[in-house]
Amino acid sequence: MATSKSDTLYGNTPPVKKKKSGALAYIRKNYILYLFLLPAIVLVFIFNYVPMYGVTIAFKDFSPIKGVWESEWVGFEHFRNFLESPNFQQIFMNTIKLSAFDLLLGFPVPIILALMLNQLRKARVKKNIQLIIYAPHFISVVVIAGMIFIFLSPAGPLNTILGLVFDQPISFMSEPGYFRTIFIASGIWQGAGFASIIYVAALSNVDPQLHDAATMDGATLLQRIRHIDLQALKPTMTVLFILAVGGIMAIGFEKAYLLQTSMNIPASEIIDTYVYKRGLQAADWSFGAAMGLFNSIISLVLLVIVNFIVKKVNGETLY
Amino acid sequence: MDNKLINNSKSDKFILFLNKIMLGLIVLIVTVPLLYVLLGSFLQPDVLLTKGISFNPSHWTIDGYVRIFQDGTIMRGFLNSILYATGFTLVSVIFTIMAGYSLSVDGLVGKKALMLYFIITMFFNGGMVPTYLLVRELGMLNTPWAIILPGAITVWNIILARTYFRGLPKGLIEAAMIDGASDARIFLSIILPLSKPIIFVLALYSFIGQWNAYFDAMIYLEDRSLYPLQLILRDILIQNEVQPGMIGDQMARAELQRLAEMIKYSAIVIASLPLMIMYPFFQKYFEKGVMVGSLK
Repeated sequence: MATSKSDTLYGNTPPVKKKKSGALAYIRKNYILYLFLLPAIVLVFIFNYVPMYGVTIAFKDFSPIKGVWESEWVGFEHFRNFLESPNFQQIFMNTIKLSAFDLLLGFPVPIILALMLNQLRKARVKKNIQLIIYAPHFISVVVIAGMIFIFLSPAGPLNTILGLVFDQPISFMSEPGYFRTIFIASGIWQGAGFASIIYVAALSNVDPQLHDAATMDGATLLQRIRHIDLQALKPTMTVLFILAVGGIMAIGFEKAYLLQTSMNIPASEIIDTYVYKRGLQAADWSFGAAMGLFNSIISLVLLVIVNFIVKKVNGETLY
Repeated sequence: MDNKLINNSKSDKFILFLNKIMLGLIVLIVTVPLLYVLLGSFLQPDVLLTKGISFNPSHWTIDGYVRIFQDGTIMRGFLNSILYATGFTLVSVIFTIMAGYSLSVDGLVGKKALMLYFIITMFFNGGMVPTYLLVRELGMLNTPWAIILPGAITVWNIILARTYFRGLPKGLIEAAMIDGASDARIFLSIILPLSKPIIFVLALYSFIGQWNAYFDAMIYLEDRSLYPLQLILRDILIQNEVQPGMIGDQMARAELQRLAEMIKYSAIVIASLPLMIMYPFFQKYFEKGVMVGSLK
C-alpha cells in the first residue's frame, strides 16, 4: 500500500517499478486472498511445522533448560535404546497386530452393511435403520470405554449371560488375550454404521437399468451384487483402504489407552501409549520423540508401499 | 421404486428375506447396549446387579442423577466443554473457510506451493512430545488455548471447503468481478450466503469432535476446574473415582461401590444424550459432509 501511495502522490519512483512481474501484480491486486490464507498458514506453521523442527530432539539429549537448539546431539542413541529395549518387540508387535487385525476385520463390515442396506426397497425403513446404526459414532471414546468396562466386568451383564454356561465369571479386562477382540469388536460396533454412508451413496449412483438388464439375462441376486454393486464400490474402497493403511500406526490409540489395565498391558501397550508414558509422564522427552518419529516413518513408508501396490494392481491411486 | 418387472427367483427371495432378518439383528445389537445403559441409570444398583433390567416401578430411582447434579463437577465440566468446543469451532471454521475460499480461486498465484505447504502436514507431523514441548514453551499449558489452537486447522477440512467452493457457479463470481466488486466484497456478499451448508458441516464436525475429545485436555490441563466433561467422565468411568460432592454422608464401602456403579450409568446418559437427541436433525449434513469429502 505504501508503494502505491508514493507512485501516485509523488510520481518520483522509477518507471521500472510499475512494470512488476505478473505474479507480484496479481498478489498486489488480490492481496485480500492472501490475507484470508494468513491465519491458517500461521497456525499450521506454529503447530505443525515447528514441532517438525522440534522432532530433532529425537537425535539430541533434550534438556528443558538448554532448549531444542542448545541440547547436545547424540545421533541415533535413543532409537538404539528403543530398538534394543527388552519390551520393544512386544510393543511393536502389539501395534502391528492390533491395527492389522482392526483393518482386516473392520474394513469389510461397512461395505457389507451398505450392500445389505441397498437391497431394502422401502426408503423409509432404510432411512430409519441408517439413523439407528449411525448413532454410536457420536458417542465419545471415554463413554465407549466406560460402557465396555461396565458390560464386561465380572458382575456385568455379559458375564451374567455367560454364567448360564460357565461356572466362573471371566475377567475380560484383565486378561491380555481378550484385549484385541474387545478393541476391534467395539470399534466395529461404534464405527461400521457411519462408515457405510460413503458406500451407500456410491451404490445409489448405480444405474438401476444395469440390474434390470442383468436380471433379464438370468443373473441371480448374488451375481448382480458381485458384478455390478461391488464393481461400483471399487474406487471408493481403494482410496479408503490406502488411507487406512497409511493411518495404521496411529490407530485408535486414545481408546487403547483408556482400555488399558495393569493386567492387560502385555497386549494393550502399543507404541503411542508407550510414547505418552515414557515421553510425557516420565518426561523422557528425547526418547519419546524418537519413538514417535519411528512410528510416523513406518506409517509414511506403509502409505507409499500400499499406494504403489494398488497402482500396479488396478490403476487407482491416491495422489 | 417399481420392481414388479424384476422377477426374483425363489433363492433370491430367500436371500432378501435373510437380509432383512440380519439387518434386524444388527439394529438390535446396536440398540440393546444403549437401552441397557439408559434403563440401568434409573434402576437401583443392587437390583441391576442381581436381577438385571427390571420394570417393577418400586425398583426405579433417579438417585444417580440427583447425586450428579448435587456435586456440580459434571456440570462444570459440561460448561467447560461448551466453552472449548465453541471456541475451537469458531477458530477452526472461520480460518478454514477463509483459506479454503482463497485456494479455490482460479489462477491464484502460488496455489501449488500453498497446497503443498498444507498437504505435507497430512503425511508428516512432529508427534506428541515435540507438540507438547511447544505448547509448554508458548505458555499455553493449563489454559483453554492449548485445547483450542493446536488442532484448529486440519488440511482435510481446508480441502473439504475448497472442493465445495469450486462447485459454486462460476458465472456469479465473474459477473460480480465485471461489476468491479473487490475480492472481499465477493466473498462476503456472494460466497458466504451460498456457503451455509459447508459452514454447517464443518461446524458440526469441529464441535462434536472437540466435545468428545479427552486426550489433549488430559495432556495439557492440570487444574481440575478447567477439565472438560470427557475428562471428568474418565475419572468416574475408568478410574472409578467418586466425586466427594456425590456422597452425602459416611457410607460403608460396599454401599459406596454400588453408588459408584449407579453414577456411571447416569453420567453416561447425561454426557451422551444431548448428541443422541440432536444428531437425527443433523443427519443429512453429516451425509453431505462425507459426500463433499469423497469428491476429492
